[in-house]
Amino acid sequence: MTYLSRSPAVRRGAGIALALVAAVLPLFASDFWTQLVLYSAAAAVGALGLTVLVGLSGQLSLAHGFFLAIGAYGYAYLGPGTGSPDTASLGLPGPLAAVLAVAAAGVAGLVFSPVAARVRGIYLGLASLALIMVGRQVLADARPVTGGAYGRDVPVLDLFGFHFADQGPYLYVLGVPFGAYDRLWYVVLALLAACYWFVRNVLRSRVGRGLRTVRDSEAAAAAAGVDVQRYKALAFVLSSVYAGLAGVLLGLLFQHVVPEYFGLTLSVQYLAMIVIGGMGSLPGAVAGAFAVTGIPLLLGQYGGALPFVSSSGSGGLDSGVVAQYLFGALIVVILVIKSHRRVSA
Amino acid sequence: MRLANLLVDGVSLGLVYALISIGFVVIFRGTRTPNFAHGSMLVLGTYLIAVLHARVGFAAAVAIGVAGAAVFGFAVNRLAMVPTRNAGTDVRGIITIGLNVVLTAELTRRLGADILTSGDPWGDATLHAGGLAVPVSRLAALAVSALIIAGFVLANRYTMMGLSARATAEDPETASLVGARLRRVSDWAWILGAALAAVAGLFLIAYPSPGLVAGTGDIAILAFPAAVIGGLDSVGGAVAGGLLVGLSQALVSGYQDRLAFLGQGFDTVAPWVLMVLVLLWRPHGLFGKRPLYRI
Repeated sequence: MTYLSRSPAVRRGAGIALALVAAVLPLFASDFWTQLVLYSAAAAVGALGLTVLVGLSGQLSLAHGFFLAIGAYGYAYLGPGTGSPDTASLGLPGPLAAVLAVAAAGVAGLVFSPVAARVRGIYLGLASLALIMVGRQVLADARPVTGGAYGRDVPVLDLFGFHFADQGPYLYVLGVPFGAYDRLWYVVLALLAACYWFVRNVLRSRVGRGLRTVRDSEAAAAAAGVDVQRYKALAFVLSSVYAGLAGVLLGLLFQHVVPEYFGLTLSVQYLAMIVIGGMGSLPGAVAGAFAVTGIPLLLGQYGGALPFVSSSGSGGLDSGVVAQYLFGALIVVILVIKSHRRVSA
Repeated sequence: MRLANLLVDGVSLGLVYALISIGFVVIFRGTRTPNFAHGSMLVLGTYLIAVLHARVGFAAAVAIGVAGAAVFGFAVNRLAMVPTRNAGTDVRGIITIGLNVVLTAELTRRLGADILTSGDPWGDATLHAGGLAVPVSRLAALAVSALIIAGFVLANRYTMMGLSARATAEDPETASLVGARLRRVSDWAWILGAALAAVAGLFLIAYPSPGLVAGTGDIAILAFPAAVIGGLDSVGGAVAGGLLVGLSQALVSGYQDRLAFLGQGFDTVAPWVLMVLVLLWRPHGLFGKRPLYRI
């Protein structure tokens, strides 16, 4: 029996419908929902990278937040200045700065990949913690680049004279003001679609098969002629490039980035995304990104309606803590149930 | 003189890290699980001690705190680790990351901005000898870790449980074929590891540290580089790694004036840099078991 969802025509139709809905949604959705989708979609780019690294090539990394930071701060530093006297900028055009920032994240992944190639399994997970710790120190010290503890503003993206911000030329579409988030909407979603398409094709190719073999058995992969070190390094670079792009996009959306954001908690959140969606699954990574990004925002917006959630500082459980419980519990429950099934099957 | 003082400082701090990472290593040896929740389990045990000591006295509070952590460790093993015993090391590690998120959120919420003390009998007493100063709490840590390590060595060699644990660490499948009870071995690994975390926490929050705060778990995370430097499955390595971490921290912060180019607060990063360097040299730590093949 063929499932309806496996028929190519149905899938193509669903894809086109999804694209059409996405194309008009910012005209109707409220700012809250537009932002929720945007933050989630930017995070989904990062989650796609991490699921390739952890789920498909089997290298545990807790350093994803570090590569996001390189993307975000790389763009902010290289891009056009924001006029703030406390932080430096190289003043390159926005698109060029974004590309260079993503490349910088890839180079950072390449620099760390000798460690990744030499150090295996859980030693690698613990070694990647070092990147986060060193990164935190560097971000705090490199004050002209990062703005120190208070962070820095991220310049507006400017494409051939078109500003992705609430500024001229002012646009109205169907009588609705077309602001910064509406403009970024198309950039972020198009990039997410491109990233998804690219990584899906990579995984269907020789490279993807090689990575899966490395994950299942390095010895078998080497015997079959897969260059294990090179493939592991490749997965690391691919994942850090995706993290860097996610960092650029999040920086553009936040418009202000603080070093504290890019800590261990962020890496754990990305891990939660790919676990919740099912490790190694690309649609799962996107769904996980929406869950992990959306839940705290929804709790913050509508949590007041829940009986046990209170606003922060009033003594009860605030929505941030509830979101933490949820992530943690989801990670544990999903993995325990899944691994348990694998045993009994 | 400065160097001598720093060395004494580093060794005494390193002993506390060693104590934390011994617990981490015990769990890893017994169950092939990197316990990323070790820091929050440490805070859990220490929190119980800190909350209860005023009511029931120091000794009883320590007993309850250690027992509480041990029960928690046992529960983690039975509820999350035994069901996933056939899953990979990474997956089990990620499960403990999830546990850590929940436990840290709860303990941080309870601690808030408080600074709790354990009510230990050493207080801020300090021994002075020939220009060197050592807090008494660190001497107590030395005595306790010596006792614990001796106990481990003896139990490993002379008890049936120790034999089972060693056999399981070598090869779980073969060990279970010749009668090692894997579930009991993993039970004890988690119970002992968690209990050790509570004991280590007691010394981590003792003088010269101000006390138990919401950030104590972030300091306990330095047990990871300590365990990795020593090699994750070597108890002796954990002690060596702990001492190296303590020394690297003390020396870097002591010679801060000459290391200004590295930026302020590099002492918190030094153990991590040391860990990466050690891993590049020996990918399984100084005393860790190496795999039989090389690719």
